[in-house]
Amino acid sequence: MAATRRRAAWLTLLLASLSARAAVLPEDRADALYHSYDGGGVEVTGPSILVRKGDNRNFSVSANYYVDSISSASIDVVTQGSPYSEQREQKSLGVDYLHGDTIMSLNYTRSEESDYKADTASFSISQSMFGDLTTVTLGYGRGKDDVLQNGNPDFSEPVDRQQYRVGLSQILTKNLILGLNFENVTEEGFLSNPYRSDRYLDGATFVYEPENYPRTRTSNAVALNMKYYLPYRAALGLGYRYYADDWDIESHTAQVDYTQPFGKRWILDVVARYYTQSAADFYSDLFPRQDAQNFRARDKELSRFSDVSLGAGVSYALLSHAWGYIDRAEISFKYRRFWFSYDNFSDLSRNGPVGDEPAYAFTADVIQLYLSAWY
Amino acid sequence: MKRLASLLSLTLLLGACSSVEPWVKPYERTHLADPIMSFSRDPVSSAYDSHIYQVREGARGAEGGEGGGCGCN
Repeated sequence: MAATRRRAAWLTLLLASLSARAAVLPEDRADALYHSYDGGGVEVTGPSILVRKGDNRNFSVSANYYVDSISSASIDVVTQGSPYSEQREQKSLGVDYLHGDTIMSLNYTRSEESDYKADTASFSISQSMFGDLTTVTLGYGRGKDDVLQNGNPDFSEPVDRQQYRVGLSQILTKNLILGLNFENVTEEGFLSNPYRSDRYLDGATFVYEPENYPRTRTSNAVALNMKYYLPYRAALGLGYRYYADDWDIESHTAQVDYTQPFGKRWILDVVARYYTQSAADFYSDLFPRQDAQNFRARDKELSRFSDVSLGAGVSYALLSHAWGYIDRAEISFKYRRFWFSYDNFSDLSRNGPVGDEPAYAFTADVIQLYLSAWY
Repeated sequence: MKRLASLLSLTLLLGACSSVEPWVKPYERTHLADPIMSFSRDPVSSAYDSHIYQVREGARGAEGGEGGGCGCN
């Protein structure tokens, strides 16, 4: 399980704020979110609490507490292990400092679960220029992970991660804004998964053996996003991301979203997203023999696959006027369905000739319900 | 660190170029300032979306939002 944990165990830098209002600190707000993921035999639920407060001048501080309560009987667990439950906790603290047209941000995140610990610190500097038409953001992040294995107290392997990020936000017209982001990530250490196995052909059947990944990985991703304001007060968003790494994974992501307010209280959001990737060069669904090659993986996230998702969300403004300390409040509900379809990862829970089992596919339902308050 | 220093120098250099006349005046930016035009209107929700992608997909980076840790399989 650690390989997929590690995959996500890095912090994308605080930046994000590709805001049209350059060099302005984020608003003071608090959000309490409940999330639920249900798909492929995996259920993940939990809260996320995000609070942000500034001094109305130069500083803004944010804190996030996030929990994943996981109950897993995924295809890997069903075919190679036994169902399990566990919990991951993540705590983050960030500080933003505004000085003239510059915002400097520091962020620290710690993620803990029984067999994976991750610490990430990041710094970014954002500068608006050309009369606030352009904002350039540069970021650097450093992560240190500790990969553990339940049931094996002697197992402990490190991962060291560095991230470089450049972002550009550009106002093109009074209705159009563009965001361009580039991110380079390098990792070194135990990038494999202490639980997962690959399989090789042994006569008329197959046998499992431990996976073995390279100990380094470098990736580059570039994303172009735009938002267009439609004349009847609605927003159309388009996005594309290209990704490539030295494991030979190449991916394309495309997204379109649409936001439509109704009256003063309702906002409707819809989104459609498509993702596709090629397989890592050391991935195989079935190796021809034991130790067929030095690096081996049969991790479905390293296979050739694609996913499509469609989602809709609605937000409702709870207050018509400020109420005490609270300026405004909203409640939001979002639903998203994913369809994952694997080209060269077989579903071993279903029968078929060895090496010719049916391809794996699954759907997932994702729900978010959250309350937001601005003060 | 060398790479970081170059990136910082670039920012400061670009910051000096403030004499360009903005072609969209501040008073013409009401549409852009509308919250519906934000790339990440609700950060708590965007961060969760990014987390879902990072856990289930091989690609990473250039998404905005926050990630960290996992909770997968």
